[in-house]
Amino acid sequence: MNTSTLELEEKEVNETEMITGAEAVLKCLVEEGIDTIFGYPGGAIMPVYDSLYGYADKINHILSRHEQGAIHAAQGYARASGRVGVCFATSGPGATNLITGIADAMIDSTPLVCITGQVASHLLGSDAFQETDVIGISMPVTKWNFQVTSAEEIPKAIAQAFYIAKSGRPGPALIDITKNAQQEELDFSYTRCHRVRSYHPYPEIKEESLRAAAKLINKAKKPYILFGQGVTLSGAEEELKNLIEKTGIPAASTLLGLSAFSTKHPLYVGYTGMHGNYGPNVKTNECDVLIAIGMRFDDRVTGDVNTYAAQAKVIHIELDLAEINKNIKVDVAINGDAKQALQALTQLVNQNSHEGWVEEFHECDRIEMEKTIKKSIDPEGAQITMAEVVHKLSVFTKGKSLIVTDVGQHQMMASRYYKFDEPKSHITSGGLGTMGFCLPAAIGAKIGAPERQVIGIVGDGGFQMTLQELGLIMQYNVGVKILILNNEFLGMVRQWQQLFFDRRYSFTEMQNPDFIKLTESYNIPALQVSDRSKLEDAFKSWLGTEGPCLLEVIVEKEENVFPMVPSGSCVSKIRLE
Amino acid sequence: MKQKEYTISILTEDKPGLLNKITIIFNRRKINIASLNVSTTEVAGVSRYTLVVSLTPEEVEKIIKQIRRVVEVLGSFYYEEDEIYYREIALYKFSIDTYKNNNELEQLIRNHGAKVMATEEDQVVIEKTGTKQETHELYNAFQPFDLMEFVRSGRIALSKSKRRTEAFIHELETSTSNTLSIKEF
Repeated sequence: MNTSTLELEEKEVNETEMITGAEAVLKCLVEEGIDTIFGYPGGAIMPVYDSLYGYADKINHILSRHEQGAIHAAQGYARASGRVGVCFATSGPGATNLITGIADAMIDSTPLVCITGQVASHLLGSDAFQETDVIGISMPVTKWNFQVTSAEEIPKAIAQAFYIAKSGRPGPALIDITKNAQQEELDFSYTRCHRVRSYHPYPEIKEESLRAAAKLINKAKKPYILFGQGVTLSGAEEELKNLIEKTGIPAASTLLGLSAFSTKHPLYVGYTGMHGNYGPNVKTNECDVLIAIGMRFDDRVTGDVNTYAAQAKVIHIELDLAEINKNIKVDVAINGDAKQALQALTQLVNQNSHEGWVEEFHECDRIEMEKTIKKSIDPEGAQITMAEVVHKLSVFTKGKSLIVTDVGQHQMMASRYYKFDEPKSHITSGGLGTMGFCLPAAIGAKIGAPERQVIGIVGDGGFQMTLQELGLIMQYNVGVKILILNNEFLGMVRQWQQLFFDRRYSFTEMQNPDFIKLTESYNIPALQVSDRSKLEDAFKSWLGTEGPCLLEVIVEKEENVFPMVPSGSCVSKIRLE
Repeated sequence: MKQKEYTISILTEDKPGLLNKITIIFNRRKINIASLNVSTTEVAGVSRYTLVVSLTPEEVEKIIKQIRRVVEVLGSFYYEEDEIYYREIALYKFSIDTYKNNNELEQLIRNHGAKVMATEEDQVVIEKTGTKQETHELYNAFQPFDLMEFVRSGRIALSKSKRRTEAFIHELETSTSNTLSIKEF
């Protein structure tokens, strides 16, 4: 350890004092700069909640209506604010209700610290009331977890949890604290964690990998950039733009990369993946050098891995070594942080332009416009389409809103037709595909970024998975705007049934409640529109409403999302209609 | 691609729950662990896990990298047979009557470099250290003689590398990034 770190650590050591473990939890959070927590109380975490009662001036605790709501809200908060989301739940069902959100945060690299209560340590393993092995259950879906059984372990465990959750490739950490550890006293002092000897979150970028990448880029005739959420997580939006502009390379986004680079930039060529744009998919199999930045070659991006970019040299800039060569064999791996890597790489590449090659993407755009987009955003039928709503919303808000989506057709329409023009403006459940994510995540996003206009776009199916969180909006007057695209179907599953299962619509049609009455019962203003000519006016009153407001749009029942790369097929076999 | 037998060696912090954190990485991919041993090392607070698995070269690399992602893992490495010194130990139990009535058993023990570990009033336990193949050969030889019980340990292995664990840990403590390749240790 060098002296500067020593000094730093010494400075941060507080005077010691005797307090309970429960209070220590809150003091640790305050030390970490946490002022917002999402949670739900219960027996095994009551000591912490009792201490929380006296911390109202320092910590704003948001009571959800279900622990899944709390954790998705914490995820939305973390992704909108760039801070660590914190979540409290009790033992047993409280803890197990967090699991979906933890798994979601793990696969989408969201920094969370979850604190769960646990039965007293003498009861561990005895099937006590509300006992569950949350350490065992959460192990595969946490970046790190730890069980605290005595009060004095609390400060170190929480300090490590924060450090691990937010450093490197972020992810969820869970600390399970037995009730006796919350009740016992400890001699409290707090030191923030800066180092864990077995954990090295920032690999040193190898100079030779940068040089090899630059060499490939400099001689490429048809280079192509694909960027993912790694750019957002590392705050490398500016660095990405610099590389793109210096090299003149066309760039496309993954689902989670959306908004890291303005869709209005002339070198932005669209979004890739199963329902992505035509050009970005087919050109993957025509480019000569593919530069993948902060993304993980998910199967929804690659389709058939054997044909994916098989003709191209692949450069992969990625922080997590385990992602390199996992799905796609790469020629040059730059293992390190995206911001650092992009800065260094931009120095080594030549100023260039690829006008003819970029034009090929635009040619694809014209084909997609003709065959797919026109029909979607300017439909002939009487019913409003999802694509049309998102397109008009994008124009209405000038691409400046923070969009939170759920999972399914509306999600794909939002990612296709919302033209993002601000960084950190797209939050969705990408990897896990968690229906029910949107409403609580949008609430958390609004709390994390109160200055932004936050719009949650959700289907009628997903909305009903976590609609109880309307209670949270009501209680805390969270000014989030919710848009339900109601087709009375589990639309994406229905689309697959139509295309791949002979239209056998097995359990995908839904009888829904009156969403307007339901929302109004929570004292949240709500309006419904089904007539195209009234859509713009509806936007005006919905988004013009002070505070929360919900808009339900009745949309075409059997609209499909195209283009589409059928699951597991080659990306160049993308279907336009 | 063809599977090979690999010995995986993992250095970790000596913490509860780690065995589970490591084995779930294999479970996820439905990989059968042929043998597993957990041991202390010459460095206090550091454990060594030794596993034997059959995998393709691609699979083993992916697994090693995913194991490294576990926060408490200090290092994980994989070896082929010629890169390590390794042994297993086997115990074989006979009733005292079987042992006394079959003179060939003593012969077999000598020929196979085994030894009598314990002699009780009613039973005898034979111990044999060697490779899996060697302990298995002795098992086959003992089979006709009413063998009461047989057990074999997991493989333990040391790499042929000259690096010391302590130096490796020291390197981790002082550097900001883990630059060791997965084949290096």
